[in-house]
Amino acid sequence: MNAASFIPLLLALALSPLLLGVINRTKALFAGRHGQPLLQTYFDLWKLLQKGAVYSRTTTWIFRAGPIIGLAVALTAAMLMPFGKLPAIIAFPMDFLLFAGLFGLMRFFTVTAALDTGSSFEGIGASREVFFSALAEPALLVALATLAQQTSTLSLSTMFGSISGARWLHSGPVLALVIITLMIVLLAENARIPVDDPNTHLELTMIHEVMVLDHSGPDFAFILYSAALKLWLFAALIVGMALPDTGNVWLNLLSAIGGILVVAVMVGVIESVMARLRLVIVPQLLVGAGALAVVAFLLGLA
Amino acid sequence: MTLLLLAMAILLLGAVAMLLLSRFDQNLSWLGAGSVVVAAVLGCIPAIQVLMGGATERFHFPWPVPYGEFFIELDPLSAWFLVPTLLLSALAAIYGVGYLRSWEGKRSLGPIWFFYSLLVLGMVLVLLARNAVLFLFAWELMAVASFFLVTFEHERQSVREAGWIYFVATHLGTAFLLAFFLLLARETGSMDFNVWAEQGIHTQGLASVLFLLALVGFGTKAGFMPLHVWLPEAHPAAPSHVSALMSGVMIKTVIYGLIRAFTFLGTPPLWWGWGLIAVGLSSGVLGVLFALAQHDLKRLLAYHSVENIGIIALGLGVGLLGMSTDLPMLMVLGFGGALLHVVNHALFKGLLFLGAGAVVHGTGTKEIDQLGGLLKRMPWTAATFLVGAVAICGLPPLNGFVSEFLIFFGAFKGGISTGGETAVSLLTVIAGLALIGGLAVACFTKAFGIVFLGEPRSEHVSRAHEANWAMRLPMLLLAGGCVGIGLLAPVVVGCLQRVLESVLAQQPEVVRINLASTTTSLMFVVIGTLTFLLVAVMLILVRHGLLTNRPVAESATWGCGYVQPTAQMQYTASSFAQPLTDLFRPLIGTRKSILKPSGYFPAEASLKTMTPDLSREEMYRPMFERAEAWLSQLRWLQRGNVQLYILYIAATLLVLLVWKFR
Repeated sequence: MNAASFIPLLLALALSPLLLGVINRTKALFAGRHGQPLLQTYFDLWKLLQKGAVYSRTTTWIFRAGPIIGLAVALTAAMLMPFGKLPAIIAFPMDFLLFAGLFGLMRFFTVTAALDTGSSFEGIGASREVFFSALAEPALLVALATLAQQTSTLSLSTMFGSISGARWLHSGPVLALVIITLMIVLLAENARIPVDDPNTHLELTMIHEVMVLDHSGPDFAFILYSAALKLWLFAALIVGMALPDTGNVWLNLLSAIGGILVVAVMVGVIESVMARLRLVIVPQLLVGAGALAVVAFLLGLA
Repeated sequence: MTLLLLAMAILLLGAVAMLLLSRFDQNLSWLGAGSVVVAAVLGCIPAIQVLMGGATERFHFPWPVPYGEFFIELDPLSAWFLVPTLLLSALAAIYGVGYLRSWEGKRSLGPIWFFYSLLVLGMVLVLLARNAVLFLFAWELMAVASFFLVTFEHERQSVREAGWIYFVATHLGTAFLLAFFLLLARETGSMDFNVWAEQGIHTQGLASVLFLLALVGFGTKAGFMPLHVWLPEAHPAAPSHVSALMSGVMIKTVIYGLIRAFTFLGTPPLWWGWGLIAVGLSSGVLGVLFALAQHDLKRLLAYHSVENIGIIALGLGVGLLGMSTDLPMLMVLGFGGALLHVVNHALFKGLLFLGAGAVVHGTGTKEIDQLGGLLKRMPWTAATFLVGAVAICGLPPLNGFVSEFLIFFGAFKGGISTGGETAVSLLTVIAGLALIGGLAVACFTKAFGIVFLGEPRSEHVSRAHEANWAMRLPMLLLAGGCVGIGLLAPVVVGCLQRVLESVLAQQPEVVRINLASTTTSLMFVVIGTLTFLLVAVMLILVRHGLLTNRPVAESATWGCGYVQPTAQMQYTASSFAQPLTDLFRPLIGTRKSILKPSGYFPAEASLKTMTPDLSREEMYRPMFERAEAWLSQLRWLQRGNVQLYILYIAATLLVLLVWKFR
């Protein structure tokens, strides 16, 4: 750990809300609209932090703990994620397991906070959230196992560091399959189309948004910010695996930031050209993602 | 060793005293619990000494039983299992004092405390016995004592049936163990465990037969799928502190037995590891799926024991693969993860069963769909149950994460340092553990969310009251244990050094190096989780700062404009689990009976889901029915006449004598 390790964290803190803006502008472009300002999420966060709050009489401290634990998880996870070939603040063998475990904790408390309201809408969202994430979890870990096996290391920082042009030439198909898997996991974990639709107007059809329906004010700002961070971190996971080391620190950083924006644009494009899948189809997508990762692992063994 | 013998003597005396004294005084729970607590404290001292590096202690005593000898030994492996066994026994006993209070005066509590002490004694003896006859004797003591504890409320038909299933299952398992021990004895000419460990089995075929016998024999008691049928019956039927003890530590004696058996059998071939991984995966995944589909809180927890035994089996499988491929890192991580999960499961499953008991005690029901909103009425129980729920899901910063971390670590490490089929089997461990973890989150958000959060679903809840202090204290201590092991992970894993040395037959230095690299990783995990906790505390302060002097209002839950919501409209346990139970229906066979609403003004509609145990319904029931039909042909032998039975015995003895001296 050195001073440079703080750059990934600071970049995530500063730039993550931008990603939501990029996604929305991409979608607006496809729809022929002008769209929101790129910095809309920053404005929303600022506005929410100024407000008071309204709590349901049904709720308990669990409801208030949900957003706090969610944001604490996102902030801690940001310290575990290397960026632009700079190592993370906390890097050690099997650090990705702590990364995945922390997001599991966030999910646990988001879901229980939703159930705390006693609303059946939030119950629906909670039920679907645990459903999809249970299927996304194996895909994520098998993808990471493939990467570990390819690079023969067990820490995100060293894994990303050993991605080079030569490795892409040698085992390009394996890496490509892993990246596709992770892209599907990103869409599922961050509640994007084709798994979830963040912009629907109907509570019945939402997953993540409906779970946080009752949160307001600073609590909701925490949730919004942790969602932005989570998207940034999963995008950073993909970018870290995809981009080879250029040997130059600044070039690495710039290309990583560019890469993350590309991932955001891709999410926007997917959302523009696809409809949300029917709920019964989503498991097939997620199991399919897991199967791709298994194929990648077997290819890598051969 | 003196302290251990003293502890055992106290258990025995306490048991007998309870039986004799309960005729005169009804309220003697404190005496029964007190003797267990004293015995536990006395017994823990030598066990911890041995774990910290003390010498292995032995005690021989002539015992007039053919081939038997009262030979007990406290080595690091026994000590590792002994500590959680004694601690949970003591805590569950304290809880029992509070829990049994509602029966005081209605029935004699002497027998339940008598059998409770005997169960603890049986478990201690199982862990210490080094003679096969003594081991089987202790094993039987444990089985019989727990049978009487399960059937405490024997006036209920369902309890008697559950006890019966348990009794049959445990003895079927013992039959396999008997064969296992007899084969070993014939091969080595001794009944002494230490002789077996020294000589070892050198024929591969025989070793494999023994491995399978041990797997089935012990597995029946542990609840490996599909041998698990007794768990979901017996755990809900037993009083909650007994369920906690049985699920938390009694079934762990099986893991002890398996590991002890491995030390007799020499270097394992690869397929043993694969076998254990397959067993672990089926128990883990099916266990959590069946748990997800349950509506009975204690039944749900019972299926989770099957799941956790599966996780332990996965760890053992990884360790065995390490032994076969001679990779010490894999052995250390696999066995280390399994051993630590044994302790962790004792803590959080004990905690969860005690919490479930407090819910049953407070509300009078264990139907999840009848509950709701209990957090406001039972804040202590709810908070500790939450700790247990997060821990059992294997989430940081609690102890469940640490042991699963070790097993994952082993699987990843093996995945990069081996190739071919070993790497593929380790990949299934990774995928399986991930799926189990995800499903466990689904299951415990359901269990905690539906029971403790939202609005009360029936008037059972309005009667609810918080548990008394005798019940609360053990729950708090167990929750503290879950947090403690989570935050002191490197220290606790360091304690495994001696245990792994004695199990793995490796040089202490090899174990130390591999364990050191594990604890280094765990130290970073702890740094990460401490950072998380620190950030969370800071955010609480930030939020508090932001909301002071601002309008904070209370209102109804947002219902999309609907103004008359009722508690009936909330999501229920079945609706919460429905997407997953539907997806996995081919595996668990959930049945639904639906009455659909019809017409413009539907008056009636209902939906019921049931998930009976598939292997019980499809495998054991037909099997036992056929066996009964076949055996009933012999019923003419049974005339219910004692003299006749004595004649049978005499005749059998005569035939045997003639056969022997012919």
